[in-house]
Amino acid sequence: MSTTTTEVVGGQKVRRTKRRVEPIYYLFLLPSLILFTLAITIPGIIGIFFSFTDSIGIGDWSFIGLTNYVAAFSDPAILQSYLFTFGFSIATVLVVNAIAFMLAVGLVSRIRFKTGLRTIFVIPMVISGIIIAYVFNFLFSNSLPALGTALGIEALETSLLANPDLAWVAIVAVTAWQAIPGTLLIYIAGLLSVPGDVYEAADIDGATKFQQLTRITVPLVAGYVVINIILGFKGFLNAYDIIVGLTNGGPGTATRSVAMTIIAGFNGGDYAYQMANATIFFVVAILISILQLSLTRGRNAF
Amino acid sequence: MSTQALPTTKAPARPLKVKMERVNWSGTIILILCAVTVLLPLYVTISMAFKTTSQAVDGNAFSFPSPISVDGFVEAWNLTKFPVGAGVSLFVTAGTVVLTIFLAAFASYAIIRNWDRRLFRWSFFYLLAAMFIPFPVVALPQIQLTGRFGLDNPVGVVLLATMFQLSFSVLLFTAFLRSIPLELEESARVDGATTWQTFWKLIFPLLAPMSATVGIFAFLYAWNDFMMPSLIISDPALQTLPVRQNLFQNQFSNNYNVSFASYLMAMAPAIVAYLFTQRWVMEGVTQGAVKG
Repeated sequence: MSTTTTEVVGGQKVRRTKRRVEPIYYLFLLPSLILFTLAITIPGIIGIFFSFTDSIGIGDWSFIGLTNYVAAFSDPAILQSYLFTFGFSIATVLVVNAIAFMLAVGLVSRIRFKTGLRTIFVIPMVISGIIIAYVFNFLFSNSLPALGTALGIEALETSLLANPDLAWVAIVAVTAWQAIPGTLLIYIAGLLSVPGDVYEAADIDGATKFQQLTRITVPLVAGYVVINIILGFKGFLNAYDIIVGLTNGGPGTATRSVAMTIIAGFNGGDYAYQMANATIFFVVAILISILQLSLTRGRNAF
Repeated sequence: MSTQALPTTKAPARPLKVKMERVNWSGTIILILCAVTVLLPLYVTISMAFKTTSQAVDGNAFSFPSPISVDGFVEAWNLTKFPVGAGVSLFVTAGTVVLTIFLAAFASYAIIRNWDRRLFRWSFFYLLAAMFIPFPVVALPQIQLTGRFGLDNPVGVVLLATMFQLSFSVLLFTAFLRSIPLELEESARVDGATTWQTFWKLIFPLLAPMSATVGIFAFLYAWNDFMMPSLIISDPALQTLPVRQNLFQNQFSNNYNVSFASYLMAMAPAIVAYLFTQRWVMEGVTQGAVKG
């Protein structure tokens, strides 16, 4: 900023407190600022700009005001993608947190093979979502129907992925399989932050293990639960890779997420229309982030 | 085995010590069963990969390969042009990790040391804003722009991936830098070190644990991501390993041994790297999520 003017105006006293910024600091900061602006800010502004036009991505365009937004709010395909994405995210967040919490409680208790088990549970985190989705795709299409036939369970005899009403279950399962490790590690950190003497005191007072869990552990790690639920929910809203690998949005458009709808617009010539959708999605993401900041009071932003 | 610090180890009292040594066997067994659900898909991947094509088509995922065959690997290697894919993936990952660490560390240092300056303070919040912007929101204009400026290739992916990692990384670095006492730096300055020398010789080495955390997140993202490279890289010959796997969804879809061999080759490097560095990965991920 304009250091020289401040010095002249402020005189002696300001000069001492407000030192000149060494030029090298600008060199440190500017590459990030410039690249960030070019890579994210400008595309964001361009996208919002074109959401008010009838552009198909190339060639001529003209302003059409809010037409895209009005159309998006009454478009069953877009509404369904939001409904699916939110339903899927809520279901996944609940499954992931319930399982991860229980695993974490188990992993910090006095079990054997603690290190080995922890190593195994974290493996899914390092595997590519699309590849694991392909592996599960095979299991859901071949192994599960075979198992269903063998056990005589009618619902499982056909592939889960081909069933418009149940394909989301498979997506939740695979997403959870991959998302549990990250959540689990945060819960382990939370559980280890509870001082051990609290439990010793509870033991002496004759509290059962279950009482200790519900009356001590759960309240003391409540902050971690909030963090995990919000982080997870935000991540799942962007679901793309695993759905592409499992159902590719099918059967029909039953499992098409918002991200997939937006991307599909690029090939379908709905560029401006899907940019309006993306802008709506952006507003949704901001609303959730505000909720996050107010719930965690800015303590954790991730 | 259980060398990890138990939450109760600090209690020296005798009766408690006896109690601590009592192993929770039922818990151990339940957790081992849970671990099986993690390992089962991996077992299927490995066993399918080593089958012959004729055994693989029977669709029995859990059978053991007999005879053990590496034909799948040979064919997958050639079909996906594995060396090229691995090279591109390696380039994208290394580029993203290095660029993220350096850009974020430089920017964070400048921001923290000039926090009293509006430009630097605002830059911090400006860079942080990207955490609220999911990639799909800006994907379409980015595809267009990278195409127009000749960045519809792995270099473009490195730049974009780095920018999406930047917010979170700056947040981690600045939190860590605030905890480094200023006196440390002042003593170096008294000895006549320039800002550059202070950063390079003193601060950057001190940042190493955070750099590891930032690098691990960048690695996991860049190595495994499908969405961004599949949309940004226009030339299929320059695609990353994860994107190359969609080859088996369209063509060759019945040669399960080939596709699984290919999946295995694509996921193995990250798993092996993880097994060797697991302590750091676990600590890094925990730190990254809990701090900030």
